[in-house]
Amino acid sequence: MARKDELGRWGETVAGEYLMANGYEVLDHGWRCRQGEIDLVARSAGTVAFVEVKTRRTLRFGHPLEAITPAKFTRLRVLAGEWCRIHRVHAGAIRIDAIGIIGDGQVVGNLEHRVGVIE
Amino acid sequence: MSVGRTQSIALSGLSGHLVDIEADIASGLPALVLIGLPDASLGESKDRVRSAVTNSGCGMPPTRVTVNLSPASLPKQGSGFDLAIALAILAGTKDVPAESVASCVHIGELALDGRVRPVAGILPAVVAARDAGATRVMVPAGNRTEAELVPGIVVVAVASLAHALREHGADITVPEIIAIESPHHSEPRRPSRDLSDIVGQPDVVDALVTAAAGRHHMLLLGPPGAGKTMLAERLVDILPDLGPGESLEVTSIASLARISETRRLVTRPPFIAPHHTATAAAIVGGGSGLVRPGAVSRASRGVLFLDEAPEFASTVLDSLRQPLESGDIEIHRANFSARFPANVQLVLAANPCPCGNAGVADSTCVCTPDRRRRYLARLSGPILDRIDIQVPVSRVSRAHLFDDNTPRMTTKRARAKVVAARAMAIERWGHHRIDATELRSGKFRLAPNVVRTLDAALDRGAVTMRGYDRVLRIAWTLSDCDGSTMPSADHIGRALYLRQGVPA
Repeated sequence: MARKDELGRWGETVAGEYLMANGYEVLDHGWRCRQGEIDLVARSAGTVAFVEVKTRRTLRFGHPLEAITPAKFTRLRVLAGEWCRIHRVHAGAIRIDAIGIIGDGQVVGNLEHRVGVIE
Repeated sequence: MSVGRTQSIALSGLSGHLVDIEADIASGLPALVLIGLPDASLGESKDRVRSAVTNSGCGMPPTRVTVNLSPASLPKQGSGFDLAIALAILAGTKDVPAESVASCVHIGELALDGRVRPVAGILPAVVAARDAGATRVMVPAGNRTEAELVPGIVVVAVASLAHALREHGADITVPEIIAIESPHHSEPRRPSRDLSDIVGQPDVVDALVTAAAGRHHMLLLGPPGAGKTMLAERLVDILPDLGPGESLEVTSIASLARISETRRLVTRPPFIAPHHTATAAAIVGGGSGLVRPGAVSRASRGVLFLDEAPEFASTVLDSLRQPLESGDIEIHRANFSARFPANVQLVLAANPCPCGNAGVADSTCVCTPDRRRRYLARLSGPILDRIDIQVPVSRVSRAHLFDDNTPRMTTKRARAKVVAARAMAIERWGHHRIDATELRSGKFRLAPNVVRTLDAALDRGAVTMRGYDRVLRIAWTLSDCDGSTMPSADHIGRALYLRQGVPA
């Protein structure tokens, strides 16, 4: 595995732990289908959140959250529907979240969770 | 999460409106959204602000930032809002004390490295800020001298965004940078010109002084080489200095019309001579989006000289009719209008015919009568009706050239005469333009034996009623020039001659 993929996996693990610590139930992670991949699926109080996780070592090239493009979210929106259909989950409400992590693979420098980033 | 606020100025024409700028630092993905009717150059402000903030050592907040320019219905244009937008954002993120930022008006464009670039129209913008009740305005360092021309408001000139933050009390190191100065326009060296350079045209010089004294529009008609341009250029020199209000107006237009630093108030009336290929937009002002003042506004309080007047497009000449009457011009676009002053003294110069030789001794005109008629007909009608003084300019003969005995009028003496004549008119009529009916029937009505020749001309149909009023006005100006209290029959006669000097 390339170094950057390793960092990404680590970030997703960190994000999953963070969500669980905050009362979420993690339903799935790293789910793939033909259209792409969902990093994390978590549920809290009847709402299913589809979470995109982005990890960076430094801020030199901008904040990790800046690197998530609108196109990525449009794709996530489609994937969310696909996930619900396949898993037969009829969630009361779904939303798309983003988690940005700055860290080096061992220590988390900063973690930001943005809730419901697209309307 | 939090909202930062500040103010800036949106200019439309010479009048400015206070614009409230609020930046909402909200949760969400990193984005900078600009709302409130920005034009393209203001839309690009987002990218300048982002780079400038990052390069000033603050960093953009990694959240959704919504910047609102209010009132939202007022179209906003240009790059002068950059500084205010950046400071509103940084006040929202608490990088700078919010109260200090909110209480100040900011004008300036940001460079990507965080320096503050000078912008056009600082003078009218600072005047608008002061008139709207602002006490403090922050401007680019390159516009400092221009902004400081406005009394009654504290001007803070900043060289960079970091400098601006420090001025507002932020704890930030200001890098040593070289401030961006306005492009320096050196005044073109004007060859010295004096009224005494004019030889052999004493009548025309007298007409010039009369025109200057009464701000009468003027037509100079003569063959090529007779000195029409030379005469028109000297008209502006014999006009009196501008008053304080006029001076601010002329300087504001100069500031708006070109990006150059206005270092001091303009005190002499402007002289604008557009080429005859000029379009209507060039003359009256215009442009899509940003409306720029045209020649008629740049010449406001001074002289607009149209050389080879019949060569101008007739639509261009006709577009001058309304501003000549009202003294200002209002330019309308789809969703806003801009008003500029256009208080000009119009001077037209024309040849008597396309070949230029009609009526000149010892030369033959080769134009057909029809062409001659058509040539001057381009001028006639409503425009010509507004020209009070029409003088023929003839070629100078050798006898005039070496005649040193006749004393010639100098610019200095002529200006003194004009100043004295205007003072008399103001003492009599005040600063406003007197109504024509008052000249005919009020207490300024002249005795019947004085106006006998004029009445006769009216009876004959040689002058129209409008022409009658114009002749009265010129007669009053002539009498002021002579220092007499009332026009005499002689003044009426000379006024009639000036009005009708050119057989149309």
